[in-house]
Amino acid sequence: MILLRLAIRSLISRRITVGLTVLAIALSTALFLGVEKVRTGARASFADTISDTDLIIGARTGGVQLLLYSVFRIGNATNNITWESYEDVISQPGVAWAVPISLGDSHRGFRVMGTTAAYFDRYKYRGGQDLTLAEGNRFDDLFDTVIGADVARQLGYRIGDPIVVAHGLASFTEHDDKPFRVAGILAKTGTPVDRTVIVSLKAIEAIHVDWQEGAQSANPVSADAVRGMDLAPSAITAAMIGVESPLQVFRLQRAINEYREEPLMAVIPGVALQELWEIVGVAETALFGVSAMVVATALIGMAAMIFSGLNERRREMAIFRAVGARPGTILGLLVLEAALMAAAGAALGVALLYTGLWIARPYVDAAFGLYLPISALTPREWAGIAAVVAGGTLVGFFPAIRAYRISLADGMTIRT
Amino acid sequence: MTDPSRPTTADAIAISNLRFAWGGRRRFGLAVDTFSVRRGETVFLFGESGSGKSTLLSLVCGVNKPASGQVEVDGTDLGALRGAARDRFRAERIGVIFQMFNLLPYASPLDNILLPLHFAPERRQRCGDPRAAALDLTDTLGLSRSLIEHAPAADLSVGQQQRVAVARALIGHPPLIIADEPTSALDAGAQSAFLDLLFERVQAFGATLVLVSHDARLATRFDREVSLSDIARTHREDAA
Repeated sequence: MILLRLAIRSLISRRITVGLTVLAIALSTALFLGVEKVRTGARASFADTISDTDLIIGARTGGVQLLLYSVFRIGNATNNITWESYEDVISQPGVAWAVPISLGDSHRGFRVMGTTAAYFDRYKYRGGQDLTLAEGNRFDDLFDTVIGADVARQLGYRIGDPIVVAHGLASFTEHDDKPFRVAGILAKTGTPVDRTVIVSLKAIEAIHVDWQEGAQSANPVSADAVRGMDLAPSAITAAMIGVESPLQVFRLQRAINEYREEPLMAVIPGVALQELWEIVGVAETALFGVSAMVVATALIGMAAMIFSGLNERRREMAIFRAVGARPGTILGLLVLEAALMAAAGAALGVALLYTGLWIARPYVDAAFGLYLPISALTPREWAGIAAVVAGGTLVGFFPAIRAYRISLADGMTIRT
Repeated sequence: MTDPSRPTTADAIAISNLRFAWGGRRRFGLAVDTFSVRRGETVFLFGESGSGKSTLLSLVCGVNKPASGQVEVDGTDLGALRGAARDRFRAERIGVIFQMFNLLPYASPLDNILLPLHFAPERRQRCGDPRAAALDLTDTLGLSRSLIEHAPAADLSVGQQQRVAVARALIGHPPLIIADEPTSALDAGAQSAFLDLLFERVQAFGATLVLVSHDARLATRFDREVSLSDIARTHREDAA
C-alpha cells in the first residue's frame, strides 16, 4: 500500500505536467465515449420515433429518403401522391388503418403537417407510447392547430394564440389571410413531433385553395368563404399504414410497389432505418477510428511525459534502490504511475462526457431534433474505458523498462 | 539467510581478493585484497572523491556483484546471491545514509522512514508497530511529530532531512549502517550534533557503522580509521 501512496504523492507533486496529461487523456476519453453515446443515442432516438406503424407509403423515391421526410421531417418530398391512389391503396384487404400526412408548409422554421384526427391515435413512439396533450384539445375547427412541445416553448405559444402559416419551407409569402388558432399543445415526446405544427388535412387544402403555380391567385378566397367549399384533398405527401396481421406486410408492400396507376413506394420503417444505419455506419466507423486515434495520441503523450521526466528522477530511483527495492519494483512503480494517470484520465473523461451531454442536450435537441438520452454507461462503454486504462498501462511499460535499465545501471549512486 | 539476532563469530564485513570493473564507457576498476569490519565496530573510511568509495559501497550493499573474490556481510557471501536476493539482503540488513537528497521529496518523512520495511518483512516484524517505532526514533532524533507525519520531506531543512535519513537507516535495527558523506551538506555546528545523534543511536542499537568521508577531521570519534587508498587499488582507462 505504501507504494501506491507514494505513487499518488509523486504524481501530485508533479501536478502540472501530470494534470495536463490526465486532461489530455480525459478529453480523448470523453470524445471516444461521446462518439459512442451520440451514435447509440441517435440510433435509439431514431428507433424510438416511430413504432407500431407497419408501412409508410409515398411517391417513388429512396426508401431512406421517404422515411426521413415523412417521419423525421428531414429533407423534402420530391413528389406527392394523389388522393385517388391513396384511397385505392388503403382499400386493399389487410389494411387495418391509414393516416395520410401532407407536408410542405412551415411556421417560423417549424414544419406544418396536415393530417387527420386519427394521427393522434395511430402515431406511437418509444415502444407504443401515445401522444398526449399537455394543454387544450385536438383540432375541432378548420383553422385549429395542435403544436408540439418545442414549438410552444420556443415561440412562447399558449392556447388561443394565432398562428400564420408560411407557404413553403423558407419563404416570405404567408397564408396570412387564413390565420390558425392554437387549440392544443402536445406533451414532450423527444421526437420530431415536438417540432411540428399539426393542422387538419382540410386546412392544408383550404389555405391553398386559391393558390396556383406557387402564388396566390388574383381572386383570393376569404377564410369564411373557404369553409363552405369542398375541401377534399387532391394529393398528400405520404401515409402511415397499419396492417391487420404482420404476415400481410410484405404482400401489401409488394402490391403498393407494383401499383400501376401511379409510381408509389411502401417501406417498412424498421427496414428503412436499417438501411440508413448501413449508410451512416461508414461514417460511424470513421468517427470511431478517429476518436480511438485521439485516445492513442493522448496515451503516447503520457508515455513521452514519463520518459522526459526519467532523468530528473534518477535520484528518486537511487533512493528506492538504496532501501532495498529491486529494479523490478521501479518498473512496477512506473507502470503503476501510468495506470493511475490513465485511470484518472478515464474517470475525468466520464465526468466530462456527462457534463458535456447535459450541457449539449438542449442544443442538440433544438438544432437536430435529436433527443440524446443521458443513460448509464453500457457494457460496451465500460469496455472502452477498460481499454483506455489497459492501453495506458501498456504504454507505461516503455518508459518503465527504460527506468528499469537506468536503476539497474545506477544502483544507489547516479552514474553519468 | 541467517537470523540476524543470532550471535555469530562472523565479521560485519569481510572482503577478500575482491576484483570489480564497471562495464560500459567508464572503465573503472577496483581491487581490494583484504578488508574487514568487526561487529559493533565504528569505522571511518577516508577517501577522496574518485578513490572508488562509491564502488566499494555498492559492492558492500550488494547493488553490484564482484567479478571475483568475496564480499561477505554478516557471514553471507553477496556474490553467491542472485540480484533480487541481494536487494532483499540489503533491505533486511543494511541502513544507508547518503550525503544529501536522501528522501523522496514528495512523500512525508514518516513514509520515507517506513519505506525500507516494505522491502524487508523481517525488519518490519522486528519493529512491532512500525509507525510507533518510527516516531520513537524521530523523537530521540529531536524531530517534531507534526513535521514527520504531515509535511512533505522537501519542506524540511537539510539538517532535518539528514536526521530523517538516520531514522530510516536505523528502523527495524539493521545490523550494518553505511553512511556516505552524511555530514558534508551540513555546517560545522550541525555536523557535530548530527554525529552525536548518529553515534548515540548506532551504539544504542549495537549496530556496526561504516562512515565514508573525505573530511579527516571527523575520524577522531571512531574506533578505527582506514584510508581507502591503503586497502584498495583503482585503475581507470578511458574508452575514447
